[in-house]
Amino acid sequence: MLQTMEPKTAEAAGGAPLLMLRDVGKTFSNGVTALGRVDLTIREGDFLSLLGPSGCGKSTALRLIAGLSTPTTGLLDWRGDGAGGRFDTGFVFQEPTLLPWATVFDNVWLPLRLRGVSRTEATPAIREMIERVHLTGFEEAMPRELSGGMKMRVSIARGLVTKPRLLLMDEPFAALDEITRFRLNHDLLELWQEEKFTVVFVTHSVFESVFLSNRIVVMAARPGRVFGEIAVDAAYPRDEAFRTSPDYAALCREASRVLVDAMDAGAGDDRP
Amino acid sequence: MTALDRPDVSLALDPEEARRVRAARFERVGKWLLPLAIMVAAIWLWDRICVWNEIPRYILPRPGEVLYTLYADAGLLFGSLLVTLKITFLGLALAVAGGVGLAVLFAQSKWVEMSFFPFAIVLQVTPIVAIFPLINIYVDNQTAKLLLCAWIVAFFPILSNTTLGLNSVDRNLLDLFKLNGATRWQQLVHLRLPAAMPYFLGGLKIAGGLSLIGAVVAEFVAGSTGQSSGLASRIIEAGYRLNAPRLFAALILISFTGIVIFLVLSLISHLVLRRWHESALKQER
Repeated sequence: MLQTMEPKTAEAAGGAPLLMLRDVGKTFSNGVTALGRVDLTIREGDFLSLLGPSGCGKSTALRLIAGLSTPTTGLLDWRGDGAGGRFDTGFVFQEPTLLPWATVFDNVWLPLRLRGVSRTEATPAIREMIERVHLTGFEEAMPRELSGGMKMRVSIARGLVTKPRLLLMDEPFAALDEITRFRLNHDLLELWQEEKFTVVFVTHSVFESVFLSNRIVVMAARPGRVFGEIAVDAAYPRDEAFRTSPDYAALCREASRVLVDAMDAGAGDDRP
Repeated sequence: MTALDRPDVSLALDPEEARRVRAARFERVGKWLLPLAIMVAAIWLWDRICVWNEIPRYILPRPGEVLYTLYADAGLLFGSLLVTLKITFLGLALAVAGGVGLAVLFAQSKWVEMSFFPFAIVLQVTPIVAIFPLINIYVDNQTAKLLLCAWIVAFFPILSNTTLGLNSVDRNLLDLFKLNGATRWQQLVHLRLPAAMPYFLGGLKIAGGLSLIGAVVAEFVAGSTGQSSGLASRIIEAGYRLNAPRLFAALILISFTGIVIFLVLSLISHLVLRRWHESALKQER
């Protein structure tokens, strides 16, 4: 039943290790093991997708990396030298999670404000970030006046305003319609290429992970674990033409196949 | 937004839309006109009942006479109203300070909340009239007695609503604050207090009315000492003297005050929340 597959190497990325998860596991007090023993290296400049069915621990892994939760076993080795402290990380949630009583400008200011940066000092960075996510002119709008896609743009701007080296995204586009999602995919890739930050992107969409990432880590459930890895060696920048290319279709097929295997492996007691 | 409020009349509307526009227009006018019409009818009926049954003025005065008393005894009645208002607003201010202060304290630790919240409930569920004799023994100052009563009655809705609000913060936003290394103080000021604002304002609206009730009830029970001169004392006094017109006039003043307090607090709530909270938004289709 249990099968493993040989992970493909992701030489394409080639960056220095930014974070190594060594034997990381998480068991909750109710006895549920959300994450078994996971070994994973995140390299500088990666756009790494964690792909898997629900319950495979991908969100748990993200929370561990963010420091919102502590691992039961193993350790998070920043820079991979066993000594480095954690970096600043940005986090984008599945929901936009904006302060409803604050304007777009003040929402983007929040992470800097909490670090003690005054409004005046922060203004250039905030304006730049708002421009980068194409929301110039909406600085004084309230979140409720924005569409779902625009709220998510604010959320991304807020995640990036501190110039983090690592951006963690937890199914950020799952609740958006397809047209909006495609546009945000495109804009996110553009930002990533210009700013050269590293992304760990949790998703359960094969198509999204193939379009965005250079590495797809497929996870299986019960217990949550890394099941396999797919290197997406298509060149950036990727545009809408890439979505219809044979390469893209082939990669989606491969990713789907691995995902199906991962689901079989993790199905456990649910199977009839 | 304004364009939506007034549909273009030159627009060719299908019957359903035309019906909707008519209904909306009727609702706008009827909302004010209907209660007003019922009120006028009720007052007219009251007047007629007095005349038809030849009810003596010390049992049920005619509305016109009550209105005249309101004018003739204005000096006396409005002086008393001022006394009652003073107790009401001071009581409300203390209730806000005490309720919000305690709620913030409770929000700091689950343990504090678990330990002290039951006491607040005991204070709330015990009728103020039953507590008053004790207050009468322990507190000498008349104003302080009345204030204490108004406070006890008014502070609970503020405390319980604000506590609820401070705890109803989006989990993800709490994570975001944690991720950005926010201090407890920053979390309180930038997240919990704004999130609690709609709840607090809801509690304030209830507390405003309760504070008036507390002030009047306290004066009723304390009235026997004969030192106070708020509206409640005027009502008791008028009752003893069978001065029904003045009794009615004082009653109308108290009701009116209650309505004004409610409207003012509703307006404040609307102004504070109008830019972001669902409750203050106009319905959009």
